[in-house]
Amino acid sequence: MYDGGKIIIGLLIFLAFATFPFYSNIGKSVAKPEPSLDTPVIKALEKKECVESKDFMRRNHMQLLIEWRDSALRDAKRDYVNSKGKHFRISLQNTCMKCHSNKKKFCDECHGYAAVDPYCWDCHFVKEGGR
Amino acid sequence: MSMDRREFLKLAGLTCIGIGVGGAQLLVRSRIASSEYAPAAEGLQANRWAMVIDLRKFRTEEDYDKLIKACHYIHNVPSFPDKYHEVKWLWKEDFEHSFPEQKNRYLPEGIEKKPVLLLCNHCSNAPCVRVCPTKATFKLSNGITAQDYHRCIGCRFCMAACPYGARSFNWVDPRPYIKEVNPEFPTRTPGVVEKCNFCVERLSEGLRPACVEASEGKILFGDLRDEGSEVRRYLAENFSMRRKPELGTEPAVFYIIGGGEEHV
Repeated sequence: MYDGGKIIIGLLIFLAFATFPFYSNIGKSVAKPEPSLDTPVIKALEKKECVESKDFMRRNHMQLLIEWRDSALRDAKRDYVNSKGKHFRISLQNTCMKCHSNKKKFCDECHGYAAVDPYCWDCHFVKEGGR
Repeated sequence: MSMDRREFLKLAGLTCIGIGVGGAQLLVRSRIASSEYAPAAEGLQANRWAMVIDLRKFRTEEDYDKLIKACHYIHNVPSFPDKYHEVKWLWKEDFEHSFPEQKNRYLPEGIEKKPVLLLCNHCSNAPCVRVCPTKATFKLSNGITAQDYHRCIGCRFCMAACPYGARSFNWVDPRPYIKEVNPEFPTRTPGVVEKCNFCVERLSEGLRPACVEASEGKILFGDLRDEGSEVRRYLAENFSMRRKPELGTEPAVFYIIGGGEEHV
């Protein structure tokens, strides 16, 4: 191999850079995300229930929001009847965010942890923690 | 392992069927929760929403500006200092440019000089809907030409297609140019086209459009298919005009022009 030494040194330097995020984080723990439900509207609720169960929402809120969007905009159906028969007005800004008014401590907590950056709030207006 | 030709073909066929069925299942969208979607119970329903603007009743600039202000606040319409960035939902234009084919000589001054209140015509044969490559803009069953900003890619075909100039592009971030944000309605982002939505969100709450409400009777709103509706009765009693009817777009906004009233 011509210039084998240089190539191998180059490769080692590349590897050192490429794997930097891994070894620099070895042994460090990142705080578990803890979305907060501490908002005045949620506190005032008698039964602290979201539109669907907590487990369902954790797993599927993104699909549900897309269904909501398509239903409201495309089919003009803005009333959501959940699996328990309860009615909700379909609106991210006026239904979801009325309870979860703490975007920073609720949405961003997990989204930041999972390094996802949904663009909902580019348009949907929130008073606190918006764009 | 040995395999004869026949065996191989059988297996290959089965594999193809398997892939087909699996793929088809991926394509079929299914609901994620055991839930129902319905039109809001309190919402207003119609077969064909339409608007009648009685320009005879508009007397002062304030009569126009009040409605524009109400509309633009409710829908977070920005006001840019640069005219080229203008975003229009509801706006004023002179007679000649509103009805270019109706421009005649020796018109009464009260008509020639009077501003006309313009907005999206929610055409039955909407050219903007036909050209949209992503189906971001579409017709609802109640006749409203709706737009899904999530889906708009900002190609501006609709702006080129609309014969009424009812669509505007967001060249820059609109947020800093909205004086007072209405927290109930979204803003837009740079790179999407927007227009009047006939207050589709208010109709679903049982409210009439913002301009109709603010006009105090100068604008009527109702179902064009219902012969007994207010708009139909008004159209039967008064001579009305629509913008560029010869294009066949079938606008749903009617204007009552009137005669030689005092001009604004």
